[in-house]
Amino acid sequence: MAGPLLEAMGLACERGGRSLFQGIDLCLEAGQCVHVAGDNGTGKTSLLRILAGLLQPTAGSVRWRGRDIAATREEYGSELAFVGHLNGSKEELSVLENLQLEAAVRGCALSEEAALDVLARVGLEDFADLAVRQLSQGQRRRVALARLVGSTPLLWILDEPYNALDAGAVENLHGLIAGHRERGGIVILTAHQAIALPEGSRQLALVPGAER
Amino acid sequence: MNSALLAVVRRDLLLALRQRGDVLNVLLFFVVVVSMVPLGVGPELGVLRLIGPGTVWVAALLASIVSLPRLFAQDHADGSLEQILLSGQPAALIVIGKILAHWLVTGAPITVAAIPIALMFDVGYAPGRTLVLSLLLGTPALSLLGAIGAALTLGLRGGGVLVTLLVLPLTVPVLIFGAGAVSATAGGLSAGPSLLLLGGLSLGAAALAPWAIALALRISLE
Amino acid sequence: MSETAMAHQRFHFFRYAAPPEFYRLAGRAAPWFAALAVLLGLGGLYLGFFLAPVDAQQGQVYRIMFVHVPAAWMAMFLYLVMAFWAALGLIFNTRMSAVMACALAPSGALMALLALLTGALWGRPAWGTYWDWDARMTSTLILLFLYMGFMALHSAIDDTRRADRAAGVLALVGVVNVPIIYFSVQWWNSLHQGSSITLGRAPSMATPMLMAMLVMSLAAWMYCIAVALTRARAIVLERERDSDWVRALVGGDA
Repeated sequence: MAGPLLEAMGLACERGGRSLFQGIDLCLEAGQCVHVAGDNGTGKTSLLRILAGLLQPTAGSVRWRGRDIAATREEYGSELAFVGHLNGSKEELSVLENLQLEAAVRGCALSEEAALDVLARVGLEDFADLAVRQLSQGQRRRVALARLVGSTPLLWILDEPYNALDAGAVENLHGLIAGHRERGGIVILTAHQAIALPEGSRQLALVPGAER
Repeated sequence: MNSALLAVVRRDLLLALRQRGDVLNVLLFFVVVVSMVPLGVGPELGVLRLIGPGTVWVAALLASIVSLPRLFAQDHADGSLEQILLSGQPAALIVIGKILAHWLVTGAPITVAAIPIALMFDVGYAPGRTLVLSLLLGTPALSLLGAIGAALTLGLRGGGVLVTLLVLPLTVPVLIFGAGAVSATAGGLSAGPSLLLLGGLSLGAAALAPWAIALALRISLE
Repeated sequence: MSETAMAHQRFHFFRYAAPPEFYRLAGRAAPWFAALAVLLGLGGLYLGFFLAPVDAQQGQVYRIMFVHVPAAWMAMFLYLVMAFWAALGLIFNTRMSAVMACALAPSGALMALLALLTGALWGRPAWGTYWDWDARMTSTLILLFLYMGFMALHSAIDDTRRADRAAGVLALVGVVNVPIIYFSVQWWNSLHQGSSITLGRAPSMATPMLMAMLVMSLAAWMYCIAVALTRARAIVLERERDSDWVRALVGGDA
């Protein structure tokens, strides 16, 4: 693999007049996993959103395959799978409908069979026709994580993906992440609790307002 | 790209179907507001015939603004807005899809509801026809302009009133040409020029607004 | 050589895009503009109220035009300038551009309001009614709404950066709409008034009148620049209140 896929240089973030972090650099190659650590309010979510292109940094830039993501939004979006704090599923639609429609919007339509397969991989195959609002928090989180299964995007940015997951689901997610890294994918995640993190993941600790 | 657009439209239409009540409420709002005016102004048909077109148009304006929350706010609240903006599709395309679905569920029903309303105001056959045509041509512009306001005020408290204040001045040309077309027909003149201008406004808005809306959404999501 | 000279020149200009530099420069410039505004204003009023001849049709009342017309023009121009700064702020991400747009908005709204009030005062004695929905007044009213929308949106958003950018987008959308609005209101007015459009609202202009109008317009420009610079300084102070240079400034004065 020639050079890093994702590069962030000198990222700084200011929210509500407060400086969250400065001078963050990141360099990721295929198969790597980074865990962004820090206490509440240190800007982990902001950093992830900056890397996803949802938030503009106060300083610095993010490059994917050598090109600034601000200039290549669409290509970057097609290579990125983002799971944020919010699940991003429509409560009124069924699990299956959510999955299929989201895939269709991304331009890679899922047949019902394929969609059911995906649901099986996250243990939700029995809930396919239930409206999302009828599911528990953990199940809703798994619906959000289902978009990672069998997806083509190379870069996964996951903000607290382990939230509300039980032990079995956590294992499942580990498996998904491991498989993704084996295929050359990159994972950036934050984790709130003392979860056993994916093997071989690096750590990026955000210390409040620190100059690096 | 086309299939993505259809997927966006399909999703929003499916949601509207599941939330039928909300959609009907907007239509009801339109009818109720229009019905208030004769109660305030008196039942004399001569007067009502005169103010009918303008009243219907103003009510259509208000109804389209009242319906705006379902455009972006729900998606913003559950995180699906970020997802579709990160989907790798052009933001402007997604915006067009959402507005198309929104218009199908608000502007189009309002246009149809205008038919019985035109009877209520004794507008007459030819002006009534022009009224419906003007709404058909003008409500897309209303949806597009309203979407700009909705995108800018995403997640803000006091949103409803603020959006109205922002959007109504921008819709003045649509109102003028829309109601003006009907007045022209009622006065025996040709509504052609007004209707053409109205169509032009909708087309112009369709060409320019999506970029502004996409930018506004990005700003609001930060 | 020429490249570095160019770079040096650009740097020189953008220096005033930095808040402390702007603060100093604006502080030195504003009093001059204010002085000019007062001088030109007094001169213009003297020309308009005393030297310009009495109008055959409207008598003395028409003199209010010397305040009304410049105010209406300023309301229009300021919107364009505000949109210009908003565009700069959006494209180049410069903080000061957004500050300038915010500083201009209240002045623009004030000018629009002034135009409406003077127009109403003129209308009553001149042709019997305070408000008759003529094209220019109605357009100015809508322009006032656009200004208020800008200010309302900005104050409704807590995060300064989002507020600047959102209001900026609104200003740009407004500026594209303004010609369309003016045109449609003109059409609307002519449609409903038929041939009896306001006959010669402003009397045919003799030279002293034109002079007075020009001087008053310049006075209005000077006034608005002075006020905008002063307001911008206040905005800068408030936004940068946690920075070192403001602390030093306040500490030094106290």
